[in-house]
Amino acid sequence: MEPLIDIRDLRIRARTAEGQDIEIVKGVSFSVRRGEVMGLIGESGSGKTTIALATMGYARYGCRIAGGTIRIGDIAVTSLDEKGLQQLRGQKIAYIAQSAAASFNPSRPIMAQVIESALIHGLMGEAAAREKAISLFRAMAIPQPETIGNRYPHQVSGGQLQRLMAAMALITDPDVVIFDEPTTALDVTTQIEVLKAFKEAIRDRNTTGIYVTHDLAVIAQIADSITVLRHGEVQEIATTSQLISNPRHEYSQKLLAAAEPALRPSPVTDRQARPLLRVSGMSAGYGLTGKDGMPAVPVLRDIDLTIGRGRALGVIGESGCGKSTLARVIAGLTPASRGTVTLDGIDLAPGIAGRSREQLREIQLVFQMADTALNPKVTIDEIIGRPLTFFFGMKGAARDRRVRELLDLTRLPATVQHRFPGDLSGGQKQRVNFARALAAQPKLLLCDEVTSALDTVVAAAILDLMAELRRELGLTTMFISHDLKTIRAICDDIMVLYSGRVVETMPAAALETGRHHPYAGLLLGSVPALRTDWLESTEAASLQVQGVPPALSSGGCAFFPRCTLAEPGRCNTEVPPFRDYPGGIGAACFRLAAE
Amino acid sequence: MSSTTIPARRGPMAILARTGRMIMPAIVLFWLAMAFFGYWVAPYDPAGIQDADLFEGMSRKFWLGTDYFGRDMLSRIVAGARYTVGISLMATSLAVASGVLLGLAASAIGGFFDAAVSRFLDALISIPSKMFGLVLVAAFGASIPVLVMTLAVIYLPGCYRINRSVAVNVAALDFVAVARARGESTLYIMLREILPNMIGPVLADFGLRFIYVVLLLSSLSFLGLGVQPPQADWGSLVRENMPGLPYGAPAVIMPAIAIASLTIAVNLTIDSVFGRHTREGVR
Amino acid sequence: MNATIGRLLLTRLVAAILTLWFVATVVFVITNLLPGDVAQELLGQSATPEAVAGLRKALGLDLPPWQRYLEWLWKMVQGDAGRSLVNGSPVAALIGSRLGNSLILAGITALVAVPVALVLGITAAVHRGSVYDRVVGAGTVLAVSVPEFLVASAAVLVFAVQLRWVPALSQLGRLETVLDVVRTFALPVLTLTFVIVAQMARMTRAALVDVLSSSYIEMARLKGAGQARIVVWHALPNAIGPIANAIAFSLSFLLGGVIIVETIFNYPGIAKLMVDGVSTRDLPLVQACAMLFCGAYLLLVTMADVAAILANPRLRHR
Ligand SMILES: Nc1ncnc2c1ncn2[C@@H]1O[C@H](COP(=O)(O)OP(=O)(O)O)[C@@H](O)[C@H]1O
Ligand code: SF4
Ligand SMILES: [Mg+2]
Repeated sequence: MEPLIDIRDLRIRARTAEGQDIEIVKGVSFSVRRGEVMGLIGESGSGKTTIALATMGYARYGCRIAGGTIRIGDIAVTSLDEKGLQQLRGQKIAYIAQSAAASFNPSRPIMAQVIESALIHGLMGEAAAREKAISLFRAMAIPQPETIGNRYPHQVSGGQLQRLMAAMALITDPDVVIFDEPTTALDVTTQIEVLKAFKEAIRDRNTTGIYVTHDLAVIAQIADSITVLRHGEVQEIATTSQLISNPRHEYSQKLLAAAEPALRPSPVTDRQARPLLRVSGMSAGYGLTGKDGMPAVPVLRDIDLTIGRGRALGVIGESGCGKSTLARVIAGLTPASRGTVTLDGIDLAPGIAGRSREQLREIQLVFQMADTALNPKVTIDEIIGRPLTFFFGMKGAARDRRVRELLDLTRLPATVQHRFPGDLSGGQKQRVNFARALAAQPKLLLCDEVTSALDTVVAAAILDLMAELRRELGLTTMFISHDLKTIRAICDDIMVLYSGRVVETMPAAALETGRHHPYAGLLLGSVPALRTDWLESTEAASLQVQGVPPALSSGGCAFFPRCTLAEPGRCNTEVPPFRDYPGGIGAACFRLAAE
Repeated sequence: MSSTTIPARRGPMAILARTGRMIMPAIVLFWLAMAFFGYWVAPYDPAGIQDADLFEGMSRKFWLGTDYFGRDMLSRIVAGARYTVGISLMATSLAVASGVLLGLAASAIGGFFDAAVSRFLDALISIPSKMFGLVLVAAFGASIPVLVMTLAVIYLPGCYRINRSVAVNVAALDFVAVARARGESTLYIMLREILPNMIGPVLADFGLRFIYVVLLLSSLSFLGLGVQPPQADWGSLVRENMPGLPYGAPAVIMPAIAIASLTIAVNLTIDSVFGRHTREGVR
Repeated sequence: MNATIGRLLLTRLVAAILTLWFVATVVFVITNLLPGDVAQELLGQSATPEAVAGLRKALGLDLPPWQRYLEWLWKMVQGDAGRSLVNGSPVAALIGSRLGNSLILAGITALVAVPVALVLGITAAVHRGSVYDRVVGAGTVLAVSVPEFLVASAAVLVFAVQLRWVPALSQLGRLETVLDVVRTFALPVLTLTFVIVAQMARMTRAALVDVLSSSYIEMARLKGAGQARIVVWHALPNAIGPIANAIAFSLSFLLGGVIIVETIFNYPGIAKLMVDGVSTRDLPLVQACAMLFCGAYLLLVTMADVAAILANPRLRHR
């Protein structure tokens, strides 16, 4: 059968900020048959989006299609003029972007934008287009399909906008749909609903598509075959099942290994290890402190946690639930408004000013973005050396020697010592980040999303490093992440945060077994597994309430609006107490307590 | 627009652009040098009345003609650089230095200090600069130290605003949080962590601010409210030769062109060094 | 109009009034920090001490500063700006006789400048990176870098001296025919327009380029929308706030521009009045003119803020 999309030797060039002309897509070829979905996978900067856009004859400002051919059916996209391209776009090919929030015009109602391409191309009248849009909204399981189109983009949640954008793409019944990381910006529990909606739409319409992502498990649910990209070049093209069971190219193998990170064995298996850090009854937030002693923007409430000496606690929760704030409170950067933080039996003052230099040394923070965590104007030597001088008064040769030891410890070449952060790769920067923290010889290391900004293969190496450091130095760590797979790979215990409260704590081993808090259960069930039938088999999507959540009366369970097990009258009026359950699980839920 | 092709940078346009990049900094350097040595390299005594007509045109002998007293214009312009460039440089340095210092302090200390300084200086911004200049000159007169102070005070609020916002952006970065968590002093954080990351924007702002100061100083002098005779900056030169305008005397237009050459050269030098985006958002 | 917008607008209004009050205080403090004694200065060194004391009393200079401040502020609020130190006539009357002239000059300039600037800015943004864009960009950098009096002198040289189309000096004499009006206002308006158009076009371009590089514009292109639709239907509604800001901010340059232009063309407007006041150190006059200019500036800036609030879809549709 003739392929519907056929890309031959595609070359795209771009002008860099320095005015150099470089090739960013270097002779890429692949084809997609009608009714199939091709996955494009690769790390950031590998040219995925650029290729996807090129199939629509589009290049971003500063880029240009420099060579090769692109055919959609019998249309040669690369030889179309502006008029021809306009007729192609939105009619024959449609695009679904990464951020729906940014892709909707804030000044226009949603409906007008959804039906825009149908009207531009004169495919139907306005009334018919509205009808069709509403039926698409229904098919996408968007709540209030009749009226949601009258709203403005900022009045609709991210997951819903993403599905509205899919409706916008499908309104013209295009032959080809391009999905550009359409779920990457979403929380994992939202992602699953959107993925389900996409998959159904693709199946029902027999859509031909290109699906761009960096997440192998996600693409395994949608794509029929996968093209692996790196630095603008194709590494391997294979069917999905072949790629996830038997990748041939070395880079694909690495990708696969990183997608399901192996469990790193823990050096301290004793759950009852003597506690190093204890946080109790802690509340914190931002803004001015009010009369009741609580901040204007409360973020964390009544947090209790303990970390045993040498153990690793994983903290997981969706973005904005207060994970980073927790790390900042422990480090003293954001003083707690209530409760205590105790390190090694000694109560710490809430703010930095009240803590001794020794106490500050014992807790070290490693931040998510190595780019912003390292001062770009300071050499690596100074970055790592400063804590040595500051805490231990080291100077000259002694300091120099220690810096090199730390570089070695974090597996960095000695040559980076006198470089600046800008000269290093993302993974190297993150290692410097660690080396600086280790220079202080801390007892407790707080790691805030340290792998989230890295490509999966690089992130896997950082996880290895962390496991090694724990083994060699006996470090106690708190590991914050929004990604369950990463947490499971490295942590002994797991704590689930939801909307600023601890909803569950468990040993990592209890993840697959045991009964969980409804939110924790939803979270566990939403993480895509690396097999092609996961999306059909998981029940996670049915674990949450869809549509407009009922109002949360103050004092109830935070998860009440989304909880399918909720008991109105109780769950929304009382705060569920935290109880212990079999298997070392602790959770705050009335339902769990009742069973 | 869509499949954008960037025109290749070759041919005459590129050569022009390349030489342009060299010429502009050269003009800036030239005027800087004149500010220091202009008085000595001037072909004639700038204040000496020559054996010439009033408002003479350009000639071999007097390259830029003569002024309303029959003095050599070229010499007067070259000597005037001392005032235009010198006063502006001092005023700009003063404004930028205080702006950087206050902005840094506001970002590192925050809280009430930040709020108080920001409110006060932001309110001052709502006095148009020429107006502010007139009021200050009306009150304090127009001696050179007063002019320097006046110009510095007028541009301090804008300088502060820019530098504070740059400093606040840097202070929000994680490496500053790391330094704080280590227990470093506010002074260390200001000088070692934040300041080095402000250099680029500060220099770009210095250049733009310098242009504004030159233009305002020249305007004040042109109105007779800036540098006072017998001293004469370029604005004063235009003013004192205005009677020559109906005759099309170069004495009127040449000092104005000197000002334009300086401001344009600084402007384009900033563009080529810092990129075109620096200017946007600068007040 | 909803409650949030109402509250925001009210905040802006209160802020503007407070700022005006602050500015008034600054103007008063500066003009009363005079190193010398105004009375002495007015009467000259040869005046008798009695005469000086008499004048001090007449000017209210014997009162404590805060009392003078309150009195001055109260009178200002009522529109009484005192009497000129130079010729004794009421400042309000002096200003009243000139204000109209300045407003006409500013009004005509705005009428000419705003459309020209918008067209330049919008077309440059739409053709970003083209030769046209670069020419506009270079032209406007040049225009904002040169002093107003260079533009004015050059205009006089070309149109009055060389071509003799218009008189060099504006004298608001006979304005009987359209030609008279054009001849009178041509050069001042040309000069002011030159400076303001450059500023406004640059800011308009920047605002629109910003909007045009957003994701929803890319999305519109990928839906097959043509250039005209993208600019008019998608981009402009989102650029209204920034463009209004650009217009208001650039028009505030008029305030500085008229000072130079009225002087160079000998135009009997309020800026000329103020410059004369500064030369003769006629402080009540300077104070009043300064307040007028600051008030105008604040009015423009507040109008820009209001436009931005009203144009913000997030605020309009809660
Ligand atoms: N400096 C701040 N001022 C006010 N609110 C903040 C600040 N930092 C974070 N927040 C708010 O606190 C909440 C929790 O943020 P954070 O701890 O960063 O969450 P997470 O790390 O889990 O994504 C969010 O709603 C965020 O907007
Ligand atoms: S307490 Fe109620 S609402 Fe909260 S998680 Fe349990 S069942 Fe759901
Ligand atoms: Mg975070």
